[in-house]
Amino acid sequence: MAVTRTLKERWWQIFFLALALALPQLLTSRYIFQILVMGYLFSIATLSLNLILGYTGQASLAHAAFFGIGAYGVAILTKGGLSFWMALPISALIAASVGFLVGLPTLRTRGSYFAISTLCFGVIVSIVAGNWISLTGGYTGIVGIPTPTPIRLPWFGEISFQDRTAQYYLVLAFLLLTLAVMHRLTGSILGLSFMAVRNNEVLAGALGIDTFRVKLLSFVVANFFAGLAGGLYASLIGSISPSTASMELTFNWLVYLLLGGVATLSGPIVGAFLIPLIMESLQFLAEYRMLIFGALLIAVIIYFPRGAMGAVQMWRQRVSGILHRTRGAREGVVAGQEP
Amino acid sequence: MLLQVKNLSKNFSGLTAVQDVSLEVSEGELLAIVGPNGAGKSVFFGLLTGIFKPTSCSVFFRREEITGMKPHQVARRGIARTFQTTALFDQLRVVDNLALGYRLRTKSGLCSTLLHTRSWAREKQRVTDRVLEVLKTIGLSHRAFHFVSTLSQAEQRRLAIGVALMGQPGLLLLDEPTGGLVQRDTGEITELIRSIHQEQGVTICLIEHKMRMVMELAQRMVVLNFGSIIAEGPPREIAQDPKVIEAYLGVDHFAETQ
Repeated sequence: MAVTRTLKERWWQIFFLALALALPQLLTSRYIFQILVMGYLFSIATLSLNLILGYTGQASLAHAAFFGIGAYGVAILTKGGLSFWMALPISALIAASVGFLVGLPTLRTRGSYFAISTLCFGVIVSIVAGNWISLTGGYTGIVGIPTPTPIRLPWFGEISFQDRTAQYYLVLAFLLLTLAVMHRLTGSILGLSFMAVRNNEVLAGALGIDTFRVKLLSFVVANFFAGLAGGLYASLIGSISPSTASMELTFNWLVYLLLGGVATLSGPIVGAFLIPLIMESLQFLAEYRMLIFGALLIAVIIYFPRGAMGAVQMWRQRVSGILHRTRGAREGVVAGQEP
Repeated sequence: MLLQVKNLSKNFSGLTAVQDVSLEVSEGELLAIVGPNGAGKSVFFGLLTGIFKPTSCSVFFRREEITGMKPHQVARRGIARTFQTTALFDQLRVVDNLALGYRLRTKSGLCSTLLHTRSWAREKQRVTDRVLEVLKTIGLSHRAFHFVSTLSQAEQRRLAIGVALMGQPGLLLLDEPTGGLVQRDTGEITELIRSIHQEQGVTICLIEHKMRMVMELAQRMVVLNFGSIIAEGPPREIAQDPKVIEAYLGVDHFAETQ
């Protein structure tokens, strides 16, 4: 019974999961593999941006800086001989800790001041990445970053990450982990307190919620996953430069988030795949494509302020509301009677 | 004594909003604070709950000094409040709003939330039970899963009281809970406040303009004018105080209460 219900309610999630698992068997093109891996990596980054911006309502404009910290962390540590499996969590934790230190003063500010101070922090990180030559390799960056160390798993035997299929499944596994964490967080009373801060900070405080701590926690978790995505990126792409921590990346993810759907779990993933696809299909317009894209962005913000998945969610709620009312009227029950 | 306020004053860059107010609220009491618009009633609530920093004063709640504490620290000590303009989480559902009112009684942090530990599950059950209980008290069980933005003004007022009630406060501060409501809805809210006070034994401090409601509910009344207390005592006596009639009630009202 429970299985049937889960299948019925979650059919599209199961479909996409099955598709994601089957794709490496169906595809051979190296180019498409690369696009998919980048899509998953940027989905993790956008999902984490969604936590602080979408759910908690704090516009962090330093997200790529934390992605960059994770990337440089893994690059430096693995080139220094540390195993990828140690370097990745350490780098993500460094990103989270730096986030904690940055959040301490900046999250006390309100409104646009947080956005401005994180913007400044983002600029500082990319300047440091470009100029601390002995550590970061300056504007040339770091090349020849080793791929993840092979691991031995029960049933699968030894997995080497030289192989692109293994790389694909590795990023997919981390995306699923990120999704699971975000799902548990946003579906809990802790996650509700993030949304409370976004919706009405004064009321949240009056209800005993320490709004500063809530914002700090959300910021730290978001930066942990940004760092994680960055670390994976460094190891799988093999080279990084200050552009890995650039403002341009943050703005790309912001666009993915706004168009995909703020404060939804599927929106960031949809955005991370859909937008590059739209950009790619507008290639024939050459330099005019940004013009078209800009107009599209404005139209979506005006007509679908909650992005593509927000619009789908609203549409589903409306349809289920109509069905509920019709069924309720037929069976003589009042809609939503049972809490 | 549940709440003790000594010489509370607040200046907003030269403008005195509250001046030298001292009052006490005993356990189980229903105290009404009345006064004309701009008398400093809402600022007084804001000062008690840490939204404004007092210029000078000392406030004690259950014998502990809470002067200058942050809003969430005051709330955790057992003072809950509603706001004059209904404040709710309008992007969330009724149940979510109520659950947030109980957040101060829960301890689940990041790890227990992610791992769904046993204590987390127990806490979740406690939140659900309390939400169902309060939904019943405020009469919104049939609206549990609706978004706040779809609720009527009267339902939103009831929900705001429910949210404040969720954390089982020792003192409930209600700021004009019937503001902008028609008579029938006012009657329902009056009954709700009465039942919270009498059946659940919650101490209530009520700011209200509707004198009939105040007369029905309050055991004691404090009248504020230009930030100072001009009268204090049982509602019947206060209604006949010439100072109060002149400053707030007006002669017509005096005739009506006779």
